[in-house]
Amino acid sequence: MPAAIRKRVMPQLRRHRLYLLCLPAFVLFAVFEFYPLLQGIRLSFTDWNGFSQTYRFVGFDNYVRLFHDVRITTALRNTLIYGLAGAAAQNVWGLLYALLLNLKFPGREWVRAVIYLPVLISGLIIGYIWYFLLQYDGGALNDALALLGAAPVDWLADGTRAVGLILLVSSMQYVGQAMVIYLAGLQSIPAAYYEAAAIDGATLWRRFVHITLPLLAPAIISTLILKLIGGLQLFDVIMALTSGGPGFGSHSIPTLINYLYFGNQNAGYSAALGIALFALILSVTLLTGRLARRKEVEA
Amino acid sequence: MYIRKILLALLGSVIAVVHAVPLYIALTVALKPARDLSSRWRPPKSPTLEHFRFAWAEGDLLRAFANTLLITSATALLVVVVSAIAAYPIARIRSGVSTVATNAVLAVMMIPSLSVIVPLYSVMNRLGGINTYWGIILVLTTGSLPLAIFLYANFIKAVPKELDEAAIVDGCGAVGTFLRVVLPQLRPVTATVLILKGLGAWNNYHFALYFLQKPELRTVTLSIAGFFTEYSSDLNAASAAALLAVLPVLAAFMLLQKQFIAGLTDGAVK
Repeated sequence: MPAAIRKRVMPQLRRHRLYLLCLPAFVLFAVFEFYPLLQGIRLSFTDWNGFSQTYRFVGFDNYVRLFHDVRITTALRNTLIYGLAGAAAQNVWGLLYALLLNLKFPGREWVRAVIYLPVLISGLIIGYIWYFLLQYDGGALNDALALLGAAPVDWLADGTRAVGLILLVSSMQYVGQAMVIYLAGLQSIPAAYYEAAAIDGATLWRRFVHITLPLLAPAIISTLILKLIGGLQLFDVIMALTSGGPGFGSHSIPTLINYLYFGNQNAGYSAALGIALFALILSVTLLTGRLARRKEVEA
Repeated sequence: MYIRKILLALLGSVIAVVHAVPLYIALTVALKPARDLSSRWRPPKSPTLEHFRFAWAEGDLLRAFANTLLITSATALLVVVVSAIAAYPIARIRSGVSTVATNAVLAVMMIPSLSVIVPLYSVMNRLGGINTYWGIILVLTTGSLPLAIFLYANFIKAVPKELDEAAIVDGCGAVGTFLRVVLPQLRPVTATVLILKGLGAWNNYHFALYFLQKPELRTVTLSIAGFFTEYSSDLNAASAAALLAVLPVLAAFMLLQKQFIAGLTDGAVK
């Protein structure tokens, strides 16, 4: 393009009036994200119950209480399990499925679809459906146990086991997402690399470690972050299966925020927990992002 | 080679069966008459649709589907328009303003929706948006915008700038350029955003729980939750209701399988 035209055109393109197009989005962000976040910080220093006109400022009381509240320390531990163990499980599991379903065999498309379908369904419904398997009386799993001559198990009656089952149910629901991301990654690796390695006599395992894994690294990092953020915010499956019970055994921080606010009229305290959750997710995401970038530089 | 393929197909079917078990169990529960107390593994001897009929009428599911459809389509449409126009200047203008805007969008992405639910509820209360369609639509839209803006911005950056410049030389204004030159090329990313965010709105539970408390505004997920708590003694009907809720998603997936998987993969990777 001739320089004369470029000179006339570019200032027009750069016209800052164009930023007006961002206005609707940023008005929404201001009203429904930034203002509530600031308001949440403010409320976290109060004893507001969620409906009365008045409340007192209580300083850092809510935050101090957070650390001494066993319900919250349990929920924090569970949230980290749902986030970290969920991300690890879904990534390994999804990668194995992707490796298998990248091979050609009849019916492959069907298997992929069946694994993937639950990703599209609400976690709430998946949780409720699992109740038909986990129920003590007449649940499908206990029926199967009876067939083997074993005694029935009250699956969700124990906090630790409930956490494990929630982890299993939500990982099984979302493993398909990791699988399709890895499948897309695998299909973008040129076959020539594997052929060259095979000629050089590299074993299957060495080909996997030296070709597949490094070339999948970007997919692995983004899937890991995606699963981590999703797991730390797990809500629907827990609500459907246990509502946080038995006792407070399987609560995550999101379900506990809901309980404290909705069920317990502890709005100020719940707001403080919300701010703590925000800080947790922010630091985990930034940390993972930084570690991932360092790994990429090394690789 | 044949034996290898047969073994792989066998392994694949075992995996598929394991993943299909929960839905199969839900199906047998929903299809069995209430007096049939046989194991849930056993297929129903005399399948019945009575539970589906009961769930449909008692759960007021027609209204719930209509509410969900309205909220989902309005949200998806708003997200597409608001994020596409916001992404255009961010992708096209190189200045400090774009950097600040990008970082602001990133910041919004980091705010988990339940962490601000207490103040969000009181903001909505003051705006009069509790128990209204517009209230939940705006909240769902806002939460969906950050990722949608990133998807559009990445896509617009890949559209050659020379096309814009040619349009401007031909006397097209900036807005005209966007509408006539850039927008028509955004079809693939628009499909992604529609699927990703439409699905999110359709399946949403936690916002609906707070902002839609009137029975006549109930969405599908709220109705299902109601079924499992209010009719906990009638699990056959609860299962039927849950399966009815899955049906539209299943149908959409079968019709648009390629677009769904492509869309959700794009949304995750970029």
